[in-house]
Amino acid sequence: MARRAAVGLAAAGLGGCARGVLDPVGPVGADDSAIFFDALMVMLVIVIPTILLAFWMAWRYRASNPKAEYLPNWSYSGRIEAVVWSIPILTIMFIGGIIWIGSYRLDPFKPLPSKSPPLEVQVVALDWKWLFIYPQQGIATVNQLVVPAGTPVHFSITSASVFNVFFVPRLGSMIYAMPGMVSQLNLQADRPALLFGQSAQFSGDGFSDMQFQVRSVAPAEFQAWAQAARGAGPMLDPAAYAQLMRQSQRVSPVTYGGVDPQLFQAVATQAIGPGPGPQPENPSHSGREVSTGGRR
Amino acid sequence: MFGKLSWSAIPLDQPIPLITSVVLILTILGVLGLVTAKGWWPYLWREWITSVDHKRIGIMYCLLGSVMLIRGFADAIMMRSQQALAINAPGYLPPEHYNQIFSAHGTIMIFFAAMPLVIGLMNFVTPLQLGVRDVAFPTLNSVSFWLTASGALLVNVSLFIGEFARTGWLPYPPLSEATYSPGVGVDYYLWAVQISGVGTLMTGINFVTTVLKMRCPGMTYLRMPMFCWTVLAASLLIVAVFPILTATLAMLSLDRYFGFHYFTNTAGGNPMMFVNLIWAWGHPEVYILVLPAFGIFSEIFSTFSGKPLFGYRSMVAATLFICIVAMMVWLHHFFTMGAGAAVNTAFGISTSIIAVGTGVKIYNWIFTMYGGRVRFSVPMLWSLGFIFTFVIGGMTGVLLAVPPADFLVHNSMFLVAHFHNVIVGGVVFGLFAGIDYWFPKAFGFRLHEGWGKAAFWFALVGFWVTFAPLYILGLQGMTRRLQHVNIEEWRPLLDLSLVGVGILIVGAVCQVVMLVVSILRRDELRDVTGDPWDGRSLEWATPSPAPFFNFAVMPNVQGEEAYWDIKLRAVESQQLSPEPRYEPIEMPVNSPVGFYTAFFATVTGFALIWQIWWLAGLGLAAAFAGFVVFAWRDVHEFHVPAEEVARVDRARRSAREALLERLGQQGAAT
Repeated sequence: MARRAAVGLAAAGLGGCARGVLDPVGPVGADDSAIFFDALMVMLVIVIPTILLAFWMAWRYRASNPKAEYLPNWSYSGRIEAVVWSIPILTIMFIGGIIWIGSYRLDPFKPLPSKSPPLEVQVVALDWKWLFIYPQQGIATVNQLVVPAGTPVHFSITSASVFNVFFVPRLGSMIYAMPGMVSQLNLQADRPALLFGQSAQFSGDGFSDMQFQVRSVAPAEFQAWAQAARGAGPMLDPAAYAQLMRQSQRVSPVTYGGVDPQLFQAVATQAIGPGPGPQPENPSHSGREVSTGGRR
Repeated sequence: MFGKLSWSAIPLDQPIPLITSVVLILTILGVLGLVTAKGWWPYLWREWITSVDHKRIGIMYCLLGSVMLIRGFADAIMMRSQQALAINAPGYLPPEHYNQIFSAHGTIMIFFAAMPLVIGLMNFVTPLQLGVRDVAFPTLNSVSFWLTASGALLVNVSLFIGEFARTGWLPYPPLSEATYSPGVGVDYYLWAVQISGVGTLMTGINFVTTVLKMRCPGMTYLRMPMFCWTVLAASLLIVAVFPILTATLAMLSLDRYFGFHYFTNTAGGNPMMFVNLIWAWGHPEVYILVLPAFGIFSEIFSTFSGKPLFGYRSMVAATLFICIVAMMVWLHHFFTMGAGAAVNTAFGISTSIIAVGTGVKIYNWIFTMYGGRVRFSVPMLWSLGFIFTFVIGGMTGVLLAVPPADFLVHNSMFLVAHFHNVIVGGVVFGLFAGIDYWFPKAFGFRLHEGWGKAAFWFALVGFWVTFAPLYILGLQGMTRRLQHVNIEEWRPLLDLSLVGVGILIVGAVCQVVMLVVSILRRDELRDVTGDPWDGRSLEWATPSPAPFFNFAVMPNVQGEEAYWDIKLRAVESQQLSPEPRYEPIEMPVNSPVGFYTAFFATVTGFALIWQIWWLAGLGLAAAFAGFVVFAWRDVHEFHVPAEEVARVDRARRSAREALLERLGQQGAAT
């Protein structure tokens, strides 16, 4: 609890912004930021005295200070050597422990402990928008992620063009979206909230707007949303996906009422080839859709 | 005939690059015109362009680095102002331009500002400190410099012919592949870095050889000044990792030019392989930059405390430790690629272990001040500012080495703040300190103290006002490389960061004013003794500026602090050592081969970028012919007559006698 208080205090101190990675709404983000602060505190214990010592030493032994003794040949002390090697080594052993335990405990691929089975979401990074496929619900969305609060979400992530990073700051860990590969990420939102997600890896001219809304809603509301979406609106058929693969910026959220259950597999294994990149007839700076899609 | 090159490559429709190019071209023409009008060409050609003197080459490296530092800083000003203006607004730089700017900023700052400045100081100082007359391969040294300049030129040509890469300073595929970056931008990056990279590799070979084989009598390894140890470590790293860079970029070039599939996302290519390879070079590169800076700080802490460096041997150990471990940490740049817990643990721990070596160094510098008489001259201020800044940068670095923490701030503004914290606070502060420290040795007069102190304070405060907000923005979830920002709450911190840039601009202006004022008032700042700081290593045994042959007679070193021992003996006996017997000296002759090779390397690079194949073939053949002609050269050295050596050295000795007298009087007074 003291740690939580320290986290909250520090978050408030950092500009009072309650939306960053230090104000998590899920267990992964909470653990990540707790580790962040543990490591920070361990190091501050060493770093602050070191800085003070440096300034004190420089001031105490300033040339104009007649009270400080001058030891023109003093350049070795085995005891001090032992101490100056020990301090960093001990600190790093401590940090090394945090690294070891933390890396295993918070491995993004590791499922979250929960009574409820995870919601499956397949994520495809496209130029320059995010496609979310809900295989269990048979629907898909673009630039809009809706998840049930209190339920773990298992993301399978790939890219249909270049590298991107899937990142929802307040949910915690990020991970790369890479073509021809599937990375996995397990996250959970503890309570209903409106969050923003983004790409954390530069991916070209439309990168700055590669943001998406994340709505964490009550499980019942999620069910209702998925039910209503299913069969309604456009279908994500091959023609629609081919259109999505073309470069576009500031794409408004779209919900697809149906999706080929094999689509993600086909993209990840590159049975469907990667996005075409910039096209001569469609230069990247034009073709901008007028919308506030992906923006908060 | 001209490959992809056509008039449309000139950005006539884009005012910012166009105006910049016109101003740049006019400035260059103005300088060339002035040189022609004043008839300085023969002097420049004889004394500088074809010079193989390590000091001249070092100064030219520093000049190149300083000009590129200003260019890179101009990019930084544009980036910070764009982000401050583009909050829920488009700003003034469209993505296709902004993306070139941040890519050019990183490329220029690392390859063409920091590297030339570091290598410049290495060149200038190392032979002097080792007590020798030049580096192992003087002509190769000149080739290295001109190839670096060639790369810098190509990057700047991209401003007005074509475009620069829009992929970041490390062009990750698949974005950098021909499919997603069909323009010439990435090609400019590739050939500029390849050509300068060859130069850097040769510098590495040159300095490994110099330190291992070219020490003066008595200069055993454990008597070398700390700076020479760091030069050795950095050069070993260069030799070890620059071939990786060359090979990696060559593979990317094959992908782009000939449709290979090393890193494509189709046909079995693997872009992650590029990321691994580029960081296997990229992380050691950080230590190539910072280790010589550590060496500079070691010299300065010792000199300005009036004491030997504390724990010299443990500093040597820490340096070599960092040198080795630097090559085992590259994966921490992509913990978030999902390598798995075991891999992340291994690389997280190896990364934080490097902090042990660095931590030991910090404490050793602090204890060097213990029992000293610390003089707060400009180099010492930079060094103290460095400890404060670098310790915090190192701390955030270890935070980023903790994988779960990195999962929150990877690629964020926190990361941007961290690496500027260590590169500006470590490398750039070190370079400014080193330039201030060795400037009198190069030009015979000191830099103005007041303006130097002003530059330091503005830089220190400006640095923190710029980058502290970026740390916080990173924690608020802001990623790097955003051309515009959609979140209003980030505005105050982005504005504050821009204020910091304003302070840094004032600091940069102070540096320029310092240089101008120092040149104007050089007579009162003149260093007549050759030992302006009460130095301890051999470079201070030479007059300022040092003669082209450095030492009239090879020094004979008898302790860890070569010059300090000589000075102590002279002060105790109240006389200089007896005048030696002067002998003729052999010095390497000048050679235009560096300039010639680099000229044709530039032509070749430009031709490859625009796929003008005949010109590429011609340039390559001409560059190679230069080497062949050079290899058949008969005259390698010329003799400096003994009388000339004696004349120069007697002037030095009389200056030393005057210094000795003054020191004797001071000794009597205290």
